[in-house]
Amino acid sequence: MGGLQKKKYERGSATNYITRNKARKKLQLSLADFRRLCILKGIYPHEPKHKKKVNKGSTAPRTFYLLKDIRFLLHEPIVRKFREYKVFVRKLRKAYGKAEWTAVERLRDNKPGYKLDHIIKERYPTFIDALRDIDDALSMCFLFSTFARTGKCHVQTITLCRRLTVEWMNYVVTSRSLRKVFISIKGIYYQAEVLGQLITWLVPYQFAHDHPTDVDYRVMATFTEMYTTLFGFINFRLYQTLNLVYPPKLDSKAESELKAEHEEDYAMDSESYLEKLSALSASLARVVATAEEEEENQLDQFPADGEDLENMEAREKEQKEQEAQNRLFEGLKFFLNREVPRESLAFILRCFGAEVSWDKSLCIGGTYNVTDETITHQIVDRPDIDKQYINRYYIQPQWVFDSVNAKMRLPVEDYFLGVTLPPHLSPFVEEKDGDYVPPEKLKLMALQRGEKHEEEEDDDDDDDDEEYNDEVDDEDLTEEKNLKKMEDQRSQGKQTLAVKVTPGKVKPWETGSVGNKVRLEKEEKAEEKRLAIMMMKKKEKYLYDKIMFGKKRTTREANKLAAKRKAHEDTSKAEKKQKKAKKQ
Amino acid sequence: MGTVCVGGVYPAGCEKKRDTAAHSLLIGSGRGVFIEITHRCSPTLKWLTTSESFQLSRVCDIRNTVGNVPMEWYQDYPHIGYNLDGKKIFKPIRNKDELDEFLDKMENPDYWRTVHDKTTASDIRLTDEQVDLVHRLQKGQFGDVNFNEYEPSVDFFTNEVMIHPVTNRPQDKRSFIPSLIEKEKVSKLVHAIKMGWIKPRKPKETTPQYYDLWAKEDPNAILGRHKMHVPAPKMRLPGHEESYNPPPEYLLTEEERLVWEQQDAEDRKLPFLPQKHSCLRAVPAFSRFIHERFERCLDLYLCPRQRKMRVNVNPEDLIPKLPKPKDLQPFPTTMSLVYRGHTSLVRSISASPTGQWLVSGSDDFTVRFWEVNTGRCMKTLEVGGAVKSVAWNPNPAVCLVAVCFERTVLLLNPSLGDRLVVSSTDQLITAYEPPEEDKEQAVTWALSEGLEHNMGHRLTLTHPKAVKQVVWHGKGDYLSSVMPDNSSNLQVLIHQVSKRRTQNPFRKNKGLVQCVSFHPLRPYFFVATQRYVRVYNLIKQELTKKLMTNCKWISSMAIHPGGDNLICGSYDCRLAWFDLDLSTKPYKMLRHHKKALRGVAYHRNYPLFASGADDGSVIVCHGMVYNDLLQNPLIVPVKVLKGHQITHDLGVLDVTFHPTQPWVFSSGADTTIRLFT
Repeated sequence: MGGLQKKKYERGSATNYITRNKARKKLQLSLADFRRLCILKGIYPHEPKHKKKVNKGSTAPRTFYLLKDIRFLLHEPIVRKFREYKVFVRKLRKAYGKAEWTAVERLRDNKPGYKLDHIIKERYPTFIDALRDIDDALSMCFLFSTFARTGKCHVQTITLCRRLTVEWMNYVVTSRSLRKVFISIKGIYYQAEVLGQLITWLVPYQFAHDHPTDVDYRVMATFTEMYTTLFGFINFRLYQTLNLVYPPKLDSKAESELKAEHEEDYAMDSESYLEKLSALSASLARVVATAEEEEENQLDQFPADGEDLENMEAREKEQKEQEAQNRLFEGLKFFLNREVPRESLAFILRCFGAEVSWDKSLCIGGTYNVTDETITHQIVDRPDIDKQYINRYYIQPQWVFDSVNAKMRLPVEDYFLGVTLPPHLSPFVEEKDGDYVPPEKLKLMALQRGEKHEEEEDDDDDDDDEEYNDEVDDEDLTEEKNLKKMEDQRSQGKQTLAVKVTPGKVKPWETGSVGNKVRLEKEEKAEEKRLAIMMMKKKEKYLYDKIMFGKKRTTREANKLAAKRKAHEDTSKAEKKQKKAKKQ
Repeated sequence: MGTVCVGGVYPAGCEKKRDTAAHSLLIGSGRGVFIEITHRCSPTLKWLTTSESFQLSRVCDIRNTVGNVPMEWYQDYPHIGYNLDGKKIFKPIRNKDELDEFLDKMENPDYWRTVHDKTTASDIRLTDEQVDLVHRLQKGQFGDVNFNEYEPSVDFFTNEVMIHPVTNRPQDKRSFIPSLIEKEKVSKLVHAIKMGWIKPRKPKETTPQYYDLWAKEDPNAILGRHKMHVPAPKMRLPGHEESYNPPPEYLLTEEERLVWEQQDAEDRKLPFLPQKHSCLRAVPAFSRFIHERFERCLDLYLCPRQRKMRVNVNPEDLIPKLPKPKDLQPFPTTMSLVYRGHTSLVRSISASPTGQWLVSGSDDFTVRFWEVNTGRCMKTLEVGGAVKSVAWNPNPAVCLVAVCFERTVLLLNPSLGDRLVVSSTDQLITAYEPPEEDKEQAVTWALSEGLEHNMGHRLTLTHPKAVKQVVWHGKGDYLSSVMPDNSSNLQVLIHQVSKRRTQNPFRKNKGLVQCVSFHPLRPYFFVATQRYVRVYNLIKQELTKKLMTNCKWISSMAIHPGGDNLICGSYDCRLAWFDLDLSTKPYKMLRHHKKALRGVAYHRNYPLFASGADDGSVIVCHGMVYNDLLQNPLIVPVKVLKGHQITHDLGVLDVTFHPTQPWVFSSGADTTIRLFT
């Protein structure tokens, strides 16, 4: 045969991968440092296709990295910094042990540090790449900025996170790029559209954290270290695009207003400045002073035909809608009561052009008082309020969130004080056909299309009448009928418990007639399909079965939800009736 | 008992012994006075000021000058020391014993304030002042009543500069002249600074500096890595159920909640419990917020990433486009007749070549003959065992039916149909003339006579082993029987009826034979073992082909009337179609049935084949074979026929087609035979 004997595992996939421990040894780093490096450089493990081959015949569970990735890490200057830091820690420990305090001080002064700028540039070669990956950075910074100043991480990190998040919020306010908001049980979700990228982040509620013990804060801190660097550069760039001064400065006009009142409350100037910025009540200073009102950037009209024209029109329409949404609260004057989450509400309202103020004792930056007569809406989250002004609406905070998601000012009646609120729906759900759509969403969609739905109140009030005069009502109120029909269709399509089932009659004279033929045809079709399915290849059959299984599951789930809703409505109706009966 | 001794003179060498003395301890004071007080009850030590010690010494004027030495040294002497004048101090004549002591304690009211002076060997009654002093010392107070312990202190070395120095010492010379060592050090530093070795310390940057990192976006900076990079998927966006005030249908019911709580965290569909709060004010903090953030971090740096291609197909496109069954008519569609009469499962059926009659063999030891069109049972024959297989002679000129049960193959003349044919058949059998030399045969041929002859029995072939299947050659003269046996080569026998000859075609055992079949046109013979079908050339006496069925266990087999195609049913629910010209592997594998196939059949004229299985259904397929060799057979299932009940997990046991009409018969375990037209 001739030739050298081929040795196993010296070519092919076994040489493309490296285990974590070997990688660590190759880089001469401790496990903690290796982890940090992987986090900072964005290196993640790979799952080889043939694990046993890569693992040299063993089936032990191991983490594999691409050898190329590890080679790439070898050239990283930060690795040297890690080693330097290790040496520094050793020297410091020694100095402490010998109680050489001057040496300790000297070492402390020369503590090796590192910068992550080049890593950020390397990981995100273009700005858009960086912007796309900012979701996690935002959520993490918002979380860290709510930590207490003691204990879990460095105070500098917390203040830096706070600063960056405040800058971000100010940017979103100035650029008016907020799109959706959602109050969940975890926190408040925001979605903004920045330079064409949808960015979603989650902000926890303002409570002290109960720090869990099974969480490695070092890992989180490393991520935060990377994220703050990334976030700062992104903020800088974003401020630049809007011609704003970075680090942000308040408008000189606004600054002078604020300065007079609150200066004495804060010990440090820098601290009070951040507070003022975070109040979000004043606009930011620009590099180039522009006119107050920015002219709307019109889409240029290009001579186009056919599809292009349609596209253009669609785009134009979209932009118009967008502008309308951005001016959603323009001209309204809000006052926030002290029990509502000030920061989030001020942020949202300012994003859509409203004027906001709050009690002076609550936070810096309130511009007017409760007593101001021009206030149009006061946001209150308590069952009742003593002194009410007649010329303003007292509404619950959910109104703001729902209005933003609906892209229109919703009727305020549903959100008055002490009223049972309508359900708060997630704006992120996009129903495909076959999915369950809650009736509230259908109502909202109808409202958005411009259909009035005023019969709601009557509907609830006189249930009994409705039941008797169902047909009459339907004829009278065409608008309502439309809506009803839609709901009925849904429910009939989905529910096994159809709303109205009349006992069917067997019509013997019809056998062989049109109806029967149709049925027969249908059956034939179904059988044809069944037979064709029998002839499918094994692979395709498997795929087909899988798809059909998924479809069935979604319909089953939708049916379940619809049935649940039905049951709930039935019980609530019965309760109402009982109450009524008792009253009478 | 106690001793008070002040400023004693020590005899030489008593320094060490002092330590060992019982109940005596010493305290040193700055003023050079040693006082030892040993109280009767508890030994307490205090130091006194000088003035007090003088007072004490004044009280006890008889003084022993021996100093603070152990008095044991004077045990053997009449004296215990010397007074100031140098005279001996004598011991008292009589020592007090325990009784004296006790009496003293009881009677003397001053006993408590009496101390025994060992040095003078006398009892001293303490004065009031002395008692007072002892008390105060015991309390830890100063001995002197008038001593003020809280006198204002004078701070001599204050921070305030005074006009006079505290000490009058003149300053050193070295404080006026510059230090040489320092000069050396400074000059070294100066030199280092001059040379640029020491640089001023840079002020530390506490806040990070940001700038426009992407000012020059370089398209060359986008490396291959970035193209290969798999970005982490974004967090899932929240649905309605995560809302603080969700629609009521998204809230879990009580049972669902319980189920949720009992499930493991990984199995849960929702990682949280949906909750409804009446207002925003009532919403609490989410306890797992930090956990979720942390888990996301772990996912980002620990999870392997992979691009998964999602198949985005319309399921309707996956269904193959087949010709409509309607266009492939005729084929059986409805059940039209049920032949009832058997009392046990019907193993085998066979139709007469004219299509008028049907024979069936059952486990109730009977063979029944039916008229196809009417469903009437024409004849019932009792045989001596469960009938395994029946086969009607395919030659229309002969009316002969082969029936096998136990070890016997019976040739019957049912006497149905054309009388001429019946009589000619009888003649054919009786025309046999035994050959000259009688060869030893594997089976014994016996002609039936008398009663049996009247019943229709013509010939009886007694086999050495139980017979499972019997099959006719197309011409109707040859007959083959199968005796499945794993251990011998005597499994398949071919009989010639006209010459009453039997031969064993195989010399070797190639596995358990399931069924056999003759080629309809050419001298080929098909033998199906458990997993393979072997095709033998009977003239050349050799193996021509071995078909791999890819099945676990073949149950039945049928040959296309053209002879180039073959179907195999198997107990693992498959039906394999072989194109003998194409390959030895199946051309098509059909998995139509849910359970084991028991019987398969081809139609003689129409392009149809049927399969019956234990799931009680008969599936009829259109199987068109083209004369053009380049065109592959077209197989389309056209009808699923249902009717048989499943009894004891058995459904349809045999299927056979009507020889001329597109009708199919099926026999089942529910003791019926059904005709589908």
